[in-house]
Amino acid sequence: MENCRSCVAIAGADYCVIAADTRMSTGYNILTRDYSKICKLADKCVMASSGFQADVRALQKQLAARHLIYQHQHNKQMSCPAMAQLLSNTLYYKRFFPYYSFNVLGGLDNEGKGCVFTYDAVGSYEKVGYSSQGSGSTLIMPFLDNQLKSPSPLLLPAQDAVTPLVEAEAIDLVKTVFASASERDIYTGDKLELVIINAAGIRREYMELRKD
Amino acid sequence: MVKPAKGTTTLAFIFKEGVMVAADSRASMGGYISSQSVKKIIEINPYMLGTMAGGAADCQFWHRNLGIKCRLHELANKRRISVTGASKLLANILYSYRGMGLSVGTMIAGWDETGPGLYYVDNEGGRLKGMRFSVGSGSPYAYGVLDNGYRYDMSVEEAAELARRAIYHATFRDGASGGVASVYYVGPNGWKKLSGDDVGELHYRYYPVMPSTVEQEMVEVTGA
Repeated sequence: MENCRSCVAIAGADYCVIAADTRMSTGYNILTRDYSKICKLADKCVMASSGFQADVRALQKQLAARHLIYQHQHNKQMSCPAMAQLLSNTLYYKRFFPYYSFNVLGGLDNEGKGCVFTYDAVGSYEKVGYSSQGSGSTLIMPFLDNQLKSPSPLLLPAQDAVTPLVEAEAIDLVKTVFASASERDIYTGDKLELVIINAAGIRREYMELRKD
Repeated sequence: MVKPAKGTTTLAFIFKEGVMVAADSRASMGGYISSQSVKKIIEINPYMLGTMAGGAADCQFWHRNLGIKCRLHELANKRRISVTGASKLLANILYSYRGMGLSVGTMIAGWDETGPGLYYVDNEGGRLKGMRFSVGSGSPYAYGVLDNGYRYDMSVEEAAELARRAIYHATFRDGASGGVASVYYVGPNGWKKLSGDDVGELHYRYYPVMPSTVEQEMVEVTGA
């Protein structure tokens, strides 16, 4: 039943990288090698979801509709933190019949700093510097912790938690991480889709992964 | 039927100067640590705190909802809601969802006109007023330290240190607790975060490594 398996997001001082592989599978079968799990919700806000893709599609439609209403009422795009809370509430409203969707939300906040929000299936969320979801996450997270681990935002006196990497380094890290995950996770592979958001706008990059 | 424990450690107690609230920051999904930086002490409003134990989404959502209801009460009645009132609002909501699988073990701590207030509220609809509570899988360990060191007339620093130590000891022995030990104080002027310490560092602060004499030194073995 579970369709799609790995996604990652990393936030930097003035950029955000969101990435997911493009393999869609059911059981041991691959349904397609060219499926995008990344959805642009607002100008500076992008969501990547792993899990059951029918629920993911329904969730994306819901959020797009709510965003349109917001634009009509407020005459501006939703900011990433606002969209983050909307996503959390949307997920929780189906608390007793959840969206089987494990999301990461990435984008720039109102000051242009990168932000990443990570969710569970029923809407609990947290702003973090980096995150991964899906079956590949148990392989990817320890590696990201090793490379990117920053002081916890809960520490007092506060320590700055921005990822020290520049955009090019972060992109390189994501590519490395997926290449490794494809080696050991059967559900990850085929192609990597990267979405990079910075002050200049949004751009997409692709990289081939193992097809076996 | 034995209730499955909520993987966390939170505690709160009332003392002479106010209420002390502390929690760890680990979130676990089965055996996997999904986050080491979860905010388990939720700021409902500037003079009231709620702690999170159980389902993260359940606690986050219903505490936010409680904050909204408290604000509506202020607007409708032109005065702040009491801790008694706020905890009752939450308890009634959770009671109406009884049996549907919510997992919430929370403490509402605050300072209102009657002084410091502390209530324990859970997903069965239970609501208890008390002076000392600890919730979560690490609570037995925290209670051991807390009950031993508690005195009503402590200073703020002593109480903070007691709370911090209790959380540290719980994270030491309980696998489902860890991360950062946060300590908040609620006084007549509202809440204030006193400290956030990584429990790994607390360990070496409480039990520093003593240099000891070497019994045997390793030497290079010449090739056979």
